[in-house]
Amino acid sequence: MEKGKVKNIISNLVTVETDYSVAQNEICFIRTGQSDLMGGVIKVAGNHAFVQVYESTRGMKAGDEVNFQGHMLETTLGPGLLSKKFDGLQNDLNKMQNLFLQRGEYTDALEHESEWEFSPLAETGQSIQAGDWLGEVPEKNISHKIMVPFKLEGMLIVKSIVDKGLYKITDTVAVLQDFQGTEHIVSMIQKWPVTIPVKIHEEKPRPFQLLHTGIRLIDTMNPLAEGGTGFIPGPFGSGKTVLQHAIAKQAQADIILFAACGERANEIVEIFTEFPKLEDPNTGGLLMDKTIIIANTSNMPVASREASVYTAMTMAEYYRTMGLKVLLLADSTSRWAQALREMSNRLEELPGTDAFPMDLSAIISNFYARAGFVKLHNGKQGSITFLGTVSPAGGNLKEPVTEATKKVARCYYALSQQRADSKRYPAIDPVDSYSKYLEYLEVQRTLGAQLGDTWVDTVIEAKDILLKGRETYEQINILGDDSVPLEYHEKYWKSELIDFVILQQDAFDAIDSYTSLERQRYMLYAVIDVCHTEFNFQLFDEIAPYFKKIIDMFKQMNYIEFQSNAFNQYWKVLEELINQKKAKEHEPGI
Amino acid sequence: MSLAFKKIYTNISHITKATCTLKATGISNEELAMVDGKYAQVVKIMGNKVTLQVFEGTEGIPKNAEVIFSGKAPSLKVGRELAGRFFNAYGIPIDGKHIPDGTEVEIGGPSVNPVRRRQPAEFIATGIAGIDLNNALVTGQKIPFFADSDQPYNQIMAMVALRAQADKIILGGMGLTNDDYLYYRNVFDNAGALTRIISFINTTEDPAVERLLIPDMALTAAEYFAVQEKEKVLVLLTDMTLYCDALSIVSNRMDQIPSRDSMPGSLYSDLARIYEKAAQFPDGGSITIISVTSLSGGDITHSIPDNTGYITEGQLFLRRDTDIGKVIIDPFRSLSRLKQLVIGKQTRGDHAQVMNAAVRLYADAMNARTKMENGFDLTEYDQRTLDFAKEYARLLLAVDVNIQVERMLDTAWELFARYFKKEEIGIKQQWIETYWKEQPENRIETNQELNHEHLGRINISFRNKEVE
Repeated sequence: MEKGKVKNIISNLVTVETDYSVAQNEICFIRTGQSDLMGGVIKVAGNHAFVQVYESTRGMKAGDEVNFQGHMLETTLGPGLLSKKFDGLQNDLNKMQNLFLQRGEYTDALEHESEWEFSPLAETGQSIQAGDWLGEVPEKNISHKIMVPFKLEGMLIVKSIVDKGLYKITDTVAVLQDFQGTEHIVSMIQKWPVTIPVKIHEEKPRPFQLLHTGIRLIDTMNPLAEGGTGFIPGPFGSGKTVLQHAIAKQAQADIILFAACGERANEIVEIFTEFPKLEDPNTGGLLMDKTIIIANTSNMPVASREASVYTAMTMAEYYRTMGLKVLLLADSTSRWAQALREMSNRLEELPGTDAFPMDLSAIISNFYARAGFVKLHNGKQGSITFLGTVSPAGGNLKEPVTEATKKVARCYYALSQQRADSKRYPAIDPVDSYSKYLEYLEVQRTLGAQLGDTWVDTVIEAKDILLKGRETYEQINILGDDSVPLEYHEKYWKSELIDFVILQQDAFDAIDSYTSLERQRYMLYAVIDVCHTEFNFQLFDEIAPYFKKIIDMFKQMNYIEFQSNAFNQYWKVLEELINQKKAKEHEPGI
Repeated sequence: MSLAFKKIYTNISHITKATCTLKATGISNEELAMVDGKYAQVVKIMGNKVTLQVFEGTEGIPKNAEVIFSGKAPSLKVGRELAGRFFNAYGIPIDGKHIPDGTEVEIGGPSVNPVRRRQPAEFIATGIAGIDLNNALVTGQKIPFFADSDQPYNQIMAMVALRAQADKIILGGMGLTNDDYLYYRNVFDNAGALTRIISFINTTEDPAVERLLIPDMALTAAEYFAVQEKEKVLVLLTDMTLYCDALSIVSNRMDQIPSRDSMPGSLYSDLARIYEKAAQFPDGGSITIISVTSLSGGDITHSIPDNTGYITEGQLFLRRDTDIGKVIIDPFRSLSRLKQLVIGKQTRGDHAQVMNAAVRLYADAMNARTKMENGFDLTEYDQRTLDFAKEYARLLLAVDVNIQVERMLDTAWELFARYFKKEEIGIKQQWIETYWKEQPENRIETNQELNHEHLGRINISFRNKEVE
């Protein structure tokens, strides 16, 4: 262990004087009073290391002793992570007994005493490389693969591997020999530096299939691809958190990682309270069993806010390498950017826009790039789908974090204050939002196979109707109800029909909150059929009440079990209602 | 603060408007000190050079002034004796009474472990329908009033505090005018509530930078009562905008690069550190924070209300309703994020539906008004919504209303029946059967179909299930 001494202190930026050849991003502990405070090197100048301390530096003195650890900030990886609640530095929050977080208290991420039933998947003499599966242990409802440590380079030979049986995480499960003949003892845990992407897959193809979330505005209108990236910007009160919670609850993923990064503590308490009670709609297992929560709430130390998203991403990469579908949610990446800003400011770097660091955009894009769909060396597949929220200052989408994120994220779910105000939830703006994946041929092919060849065209048509509806609405507002042609009203109400039936969804209703793909297909085609229908209206003021009736029928259907008797009953009434007003075959309406 | 046996220096080398720097060793970060009899705090250590921020400013401090280090961060002696007392930003009594005894605790202490928190679940009744009916408050919540400076937010805060049935009320006054300070004091005194009130006051007569200590002082006292005494504590912070102004003064004097609106880049974290002290503790104690963020011309995109909005659990928006000539709680821009946890559970079952229906009809009225202002004809329905809106504002939204929640709900039902038909209010049949109050003498006979509502607003009851 190498030592240094504290020289300067400005808030949580500490300059350490040391002769040791300190590495950038190296972790150190500063002895302050009775506690050791963790920090990370962010700049080196001669024999001065600039350290950002992950805790309050109150009471620290010049001359306090610093111990460098010889490694960067690392995440501990192994069986037992699922259903845990960590802070940004991967301390197990449940192991902290006090009501208040104690400065300098660090707890183990994993249980050293717990035993796991290991079954070998590799054989002695087998040639193997980093990330390959040596064995598996059951963790909650998944098969947790014990892998060749990611840090080992080149091809290795399995010298020995233990038999099936119960082992502790620190027990040796295999001995591997590298090409130089050095032997490496492998247990069930390994460590990985959080800021370095795990790149041990065979290839990273373009995402090609949908990650089903049960939310119509996403799945139908702006699909999120498995292994894809997306972001949700929105002013406060527009429902970012409710939307992200809904996605976390429903998404068809094997693992959910939730990084609460600089947000409200009560929101995280809500997850803690609710998730253990909820079932995963996809598997029927408990939601909490496939979830890991990284909670760095807004009042927890700012420097570890940045660490929290990296810690979460590293765990996501670990589970992806087991061939699992991982969904990583980060709320909110703006808080992380603000943490970067505070530090950049203390380092007296020249500021970019809004005083954010100049490399903000690069940092964000590198982070988003860690998501993705991968093919592993053993031919299996895994994915990380990443969805981040952005909290734009003043609701202005032209601010640096939103702009930097827009460059890299492929799905854009813009939450609109206006929609939130008129209680049209989820308040994702249907015209401004987009999914680039809808343009991917691979995605179009799989969607076509799942939902019918005309699916993508139908979705695009629905988007067009919405756009036209918005345009006609503006004209009606300018010219007045009776000064525009009847068809303007009809166009507008057809777009309202899509809005109310497909886009709007009640996140608090047991049935409406989650829509299966089959049901989404059924409803979109049904609604588009109505849009295709030519109606025979005589007066503009009969159009609104008529469509309200139709919308009400469809909405009732949304609240009822799919294809139940009542559902089909409503459908019959609807058909009658439509036939009443349908223009006759030979006398075109209006 | 006892300053006996402390290190004393007389060698100041640099003096700026707000800070002085001297050579000293063994000094700890954020330590409190006295410079020439003025309170100061260590803000920077560069080797053996220590920079102190002098709260009052450095006017008249000579280079050979006596600098006494206290060896500890700012702290407060907490104990039951705090109750009923008035203090300044340093925790020194300003009511002329003795210094209360208690355990010394550093202010601005660590945050609650999120896994030890409990979900807030207890309704706070204030009697104000704009709050209780539309934006119910919950213990452990943090919520600001967003108000322009001409609005009576201090009066409303005092009213809320007195009615909230909290075990302790802690007032943190920042940049309070002396008149407002005396107002609070009188109101609490007249209500006979002084014994459960603790005040930390920085008035406009005190140095601005001092007020940075106020929220931490108030919340340290709050944590004592909520954690040690397991009490329900309500903390009032007024005015947080002036607190932020003090932050920007300090950041400016420390040569930091300003972010939006000349605010420091750390504004979000600085505010979160305060507001997140609101919590529901496992043993029954709680800290609820109600604050005031004064606005400039109702602009909520300014950095201060904007960052506040991202941190707090909703906001209460005050607005003068010119129709009734009273201040109301704006039902559109106000929000209580935690109301779902209590309404319909600790209040009557129809609460959520009545709340939504009334706000929706009020929205229809606002649309009708826009229509009228744009010179379009009003339908008969539009006219009724406008009549409803006026009564709704007068009987329910106005801040001078003081009734029980049940009465609020009954009032809303009366108004529904007076101005609308059953099918127009979009409420579940079950509740209509129980609570609809037929008022034949007031029924407005309509001979035309009600199909001419304003485009874009429709009355389908699709959101009614929202908060059941």
